[in-house]
Amino acid sequence: MHDNIISKPRVGLFVTCLVDLFRPTVGFAAIRLIEQAGCTVDVPVAQTCCGQPAYNSGDRKDARAIAENTIAAFEDYDYVVAPSGSCASMLKKHYPGLFRDDAKWTARAEAFAAKVHELVSFLSDERGMVAVHARLDARATYHDSCSGLRELGIRAQPRALLSSVDGLALSELPDADACCGFGGTFCVKYSEISNAIVEKKVRNVEATGAELLLAGDLGCLMNMAGKLKRDGSKVETRHVAEVLAGMTDTPPIGGSG
Amino acid sequence: MQIGSPAFKQNAHDALGDVQLQKALGNVRRGFIDKRKKATDRLPEFDALRDEAKRIKDHTLSHLDFYLEAYERKVTASGGRVHWAETAEDARNIVLDICQAARARSVTKGKSMITEEIALNDFLAENGIRPVETDLGEYIIQLRGEHPSHIIAPAVHLNKEQVEMDFRRVHDHLPVARDLSEPEALLNEARMVLRKEYVTADVGITGANFLVAETGSSIIVTNEGNGDLTQALPKVHVVVASIEKVVPTLEDASQILRVLARSATGQETSVYTTVSTGPRRKGDPDGPEEYHVILLDNGRSSMLGTEFQDMLRCIRCGACMNHCPVYHAVGGHAYGWVYPGPMGAVLTPSLIGVDKAGHLPNASTFCGRCEEVCPMRIPLPRMMRNWREREFERRLNPAAQRFGLRFWAFFARRPRLYKLGAGLVIPFLAALGGRKRRLGWLPLAGGWTRHREMPAPESRTFMQQWRDRETLKQDAGR
Repeated sequence: MHDNIISKPRVGLFVTCLVDLFRPTVGFAAIRLIEQAGCTVDVPVAQTCCGQPAYNSGDRKDARAIAENTIAAFEDYDYVVAPSGSCASMLKKHYPGLFRDDAKWTARAEAFAAKVHELVSFLSDERGMVAVHARLDARATYHDSCSGLRELGIRAQPRALLSSVDGLALSELPDADACCGFGGTFCVKYSEISNAIVEKKVRNVEATGAELLLAGDLGCLMNMAGKLKRDGSKVETRHVAEVLAGMTDTPPIGGSG
Repeated sequence: MQIGSPAFKQNAHDALGDVQLQKALGNVRRGFIDKRKKATDRLPEFDALRDEAKRIKDHTLSHLDFYLEAYERKVTASGGRVHWAETAEDARNIVLDICQAARARSVTKGKSMITEEIALNDFLAENGIRPVETDLGEYIIQLRGEHPSHIIAPAVHLNKEQVEMDFRRVHDHLPVARDLSEPEALLNEARMVLRKEYVTADVGITGANFLVAETGSSIIVTNEGNGDLTQALPKVHVVVASIEKVVPTLEDASQILRVLARSATGQETSVYTTVSTGPRRKGDPDGPEEYHVILLDNGRSSMLGTEFQDMLRCIRCGACMNHCPVYHAVGGHAYGWVYPGPMGAVLTPSLIGVDKAGHLPNASTFCGRCEEVCPMRIPLPRMMRNWREREFERRLNPAAQRFGLRFWAFFARRPRLYKLGAGLVIPFLAALGGRKRRLGWLPLAGGWTRHREMPAPESRTFMQQWRDRETLKQDAGR
């Protein structure tokens, strides 16, 4: 910092629990993209989950304890980036409200929240990325995950960056902004309803004729991939970061065929 | 009305297997969403109007006592009478008293969710007074002995073939050869029957979309004109409305009207917007001799000052349910009480108790589309979460669910332990996935695997792989 080198922004990667457990490729793709956007990336070890399972089940105490851990682990970074609109929104939009009765923590949570971004919108809106260096010969369609779309305004950014991928053709998904039926614990608590919703979603996916389904949230992706595979569909499913980072050599979510 | 909300899961199961219902629900998705979108796209200031509508209601709710009393004074001054009803039972009894005083044998009714809330029809019938619903949708479901499945389209769960069968069953004057295959023919048939009812009814009962404090008026919006005939022809007009319907001025009501029809049906305005102020005055060509307003609380005043106050801004347009994936899947009856969809998921626990309606705020994916389209900007998902918090505090959710949550939270709060556990389980699950990289069955995950495959983990956790890379980097740098 004292040399003539302009220091790069330091990004703390919030991996998200689903990426950590099920799809590490998305985490490594995120790191590659954030580095391409001129940042250094670190992965704080004291992270687990954003706390939504507790928060959305009405368990504020556990949600708050998890939030405190997350904030403490990340507040020294210039940015906090998550490859998920849902988790990023939890950190950015919902954490401050967990500390309503505590002025000191509210201030910390708000300062932290200001630095939080979902991956693709971070690349586009914060870092001005307009194109990626990636190639994938495929016809794809894109599902707008609800939290990212409605709480963080992520809609144009992934489409713009995907359009810069060589060889990739993007067809719009009918009702792209309709929920896929995942909903966190909803998909197991009300599994029949969740199934009815995801059935409509995969019918729309099939109707596009695309061979690849993309989205920015692993929960939705696992739900849609799981349904497509159960139905014997040939459509493959990937996180948008994998395509943008050119990391499509790993098998798709839920395997191929 | 019997409360079926505790059986939500079973209701939903039945609804998902009901072929007729599923066919009818397709119309909700196609019809309402596209029409609303067209109407709001045509009005660039729509979002500004929503802000203004919200501001008007927020202001009114923070001075609700003032505006209600001002409204009462104006109603009285115009020759009408206001009755205060704390509970549904109070409201029913007041209606009955008015009907009995008028020696009523039949009453016509405009479409009103509040009279559904107080279960008025059954009560009147038990007391020898015949209620006749005059809104086409309400008329149809009355014939069927059903309740509305949608707050503005009460018979949206039905297909026209079902309606034709009901008409042929009940209207015994119908010749077999009469063609009733088109909705217009059904409408004309209902009109023919209802004409007689309008002129013979002794009392007309309507709800209200707005009560105007400035003038003491009640306003209803309809598309069929049935509300006008219901309130203008009988000797007595009774308005049953909940307390949060009041707005300060006519100007305020017309502001909110600009977002109401657009949000509801995609119309710029409803076909009829009817303002009633008091009974017939000297020289008026028509109108009732008596004008009564029953102001119902039924638990609403206890929502004021709580996290649920915002719900009282609701103007009953139905946009939230029209855009709700859960409503699209199961329809309105599955919710088990008067108000379905997202607005019902928030309001019903307030009115009948979260111990009975607990499923409703839980059966949401939190997709947020309801809040996105709500003309009054009601934070519906936030309030559903608030209900989940109340349930959690009162230990109302199932023990297995609570245990699972606490078990998970124990680890999620302890990063080192969490990593240790994940590092053991995940590689095992990855191996279980085999070459297909998915699992068709998994213990404790039946809710998932009954309907979908479970994508298997790739290999080891991200954290394990990251640690190895960092160690490698450090070794290389040494």
